[in-house]
Amino acid sequence: MLSKRIIICLDVRGGKTTKGIKFKDNIDIGDPAAMAKQYYEQGVDELVFYDITASSDKRDIIIDVVKNVAKNIFIPFSVGGGIRSLDDMYNVLNAGAEKISINSAAVLNPGLIADGARFFGSQCIVLGMDVKSVKKTPKIPSGYETVINGGRTPMGIDAVQWAKKAQGLGAGEICLNSIDADGTNQGYELTLTSIIADAASIPIIASGGAGVPEHLKDVFLKTGADAALIASMVHYKQYTVGRIKAYLAREGIPVREII
Amino acid sequence: MISIINYKAGNLTSVERALKHLGIPCRITNNPEEIISSKKVIFPGVGAAGKAMEFIRSKHLDKILYDVVDKNIPFLGICLGTQIILDKSEENDMACLEIIPGISKRFPDGGIKIPHMGWNNISITRPHPILSGIDPRAQFYFVHSFYPDPKREEDTIATTHYGVTFASIIGKGNIVATQFHPEKSGRYGLQMLKNFSKWDGYVK
Repeated sequence: MLSKRIIICLDVRGGKTTKGIKFKDNIDIGDPAAMAKQYYEQGVDELVFYDITASSDKRDIIIDVVKNVAKNIFIPFSVGGGIRSLDDMYNVLNAGAEKISINSAAVLNPGLIADGARFFGSQCIVLGMDVKSVKKTPKIPSGYETVINGGRTPMGIDAVQWAKKAQGLGAGEICLNSIDADGTNQGYELTLTSIIADAASIPIIASGGAGVPEHLKDVFLKTGADAALIASMVHYKQYTVGRIKAYLAREGIPVREII
Repeated sequence: MISIINYKAGNLTSVERALKHLGIPCRITNNPEEIISSKKVIFPGVGAAGKAMEFIRSKHLDKILYDVVDKNIPFLGICLGTQIILDKSEENDMACLEIIPGISKRFPDGGIKIPHMGWNNISITRPHPILSGIDPRAQFYFVHSFYPDPKREEDTIATTHYGVTFASIIGKGNIVATQFHPEKSGRYGLQMLKNFSKWDGYVK
C-alpha cells in the first residue's frame, strides 16, 4: 500500500539550517547536510530544503549544500526558494535534487510551471503555495488567498483556483503551507488542506503548524493529504522520525516501516 | 565497470552517486565501445517515452542495447528505462525497444492520484538474485504515471498495488528492470544496486 510520506523541511540561510516563526526571527540550528544525513538514517521519507538567503549574491551557497546532501542521502529531496528561471532549476537538479519547489516566482510568472514541466517533467515541479485565511469575497470565494514573499504580499488570487491552474500547467505536486498555522505548533490547517486536496488530483503535502504526532494523524485521517511536512518538532529533538511513524502506524495510518 | 547509459533522460547522476557511495566503479556514457565493453549496463531515466525513444534512435543506441542483450551483459532498467524496453508505450503511443514483450499502460483515471508518487511495497512473484537480502516489508520509491504490463507471466518478478496490481520488477534472462527508483529507496534500494553489481546475468 502506498505510504503517507513524512517530509522534513530544512530552512537554509547562508548555508546553515535555521528556524523562525511566521518567517521572522530566525536562529541557526545546524549544518543542513549533517542534519539531512541524520534524518535519512532515522527513516524520513523525503526532505525539502528551502533557501531563505536574503541576498542574491549568496545563491551559490545552496548549490553546495545540495551537492553535499546528495552525496550521503538516497531518498528524494527537493529544493525551493529563489528559483526564478529554467537555469535556476537546472542548477539545482544537476546538483542532485529530485524536485524543485517554486512559489512566489510561479505566482508572478505561471509560465515557469509549464516550462519547468516541459523541460524536466512534471514529477520535478512542486508548486509551493503560501495561503492565508481571509473573508470570503466574490474574488476569493474559498476564503483562502494566495500570498507571496513569505506571507507579506497578498495576491488577490483564490487558493483553490490557483491550485487547479497550476495543476493544469503541469505541476506534479503541491506543497500547501498555511501562513496562519506556520510556526504555531497548533496543528495543520485542516479545512484548507481538505479543500485543496479535494480540488486537485495531484499529491498534496500539508505544511505549517505540526507540533505533535497527533497533528499528523489528524491531517492524514481528516483530509486527503498525501504527505505531511514537519520541522521544529524534530529539529528541537522533541521527536524522532521513528517515534512519529510508530505512533502513526498504531493509529492505522500506512507509513513506511523503518527496518 | 558499470556503464550508465546517457540518453538525456533525467537525473543520471543520482544513480552514479549511489554506485559511488557503494564503492562500485561506474561511468555515464553513450559511447558504443564503452557500453559494449562494460561488465554491466544500467538504463535509467525519468521523463517521457516519446522524447527518450527519439533520442535513442537518433544516436543508434537501440542497436547497442540489442548487442548488450545478445552478449548476455547484465542489464538493469530503472523507471522510464523499464517502460521503454517493452514493445510499446501508451505514452505518446510510442513504439519502443521490444526487448521484453508487453506494453506500458497509463494508470486508470478515477479513485487514485496520478502520478503514483511515494513509497510502496513489492510482492515477489519469483525469486531473483537482485532480491537477495531484501526484507519483504521493505518499501521502494515510485514516481510514474505509466506502468509496465509484460505479456508473459514469467517475465514478472514482483508486483505492486496502486489502483491496479502492476509489475514493479520485470526480467528475462540477463535483463532485470524496476519501475521504482532503487537509487532513491534508502538502504534496501542500495542493497538492490549492490546485488545487481554482483549478478552474473543468470537466474538459477
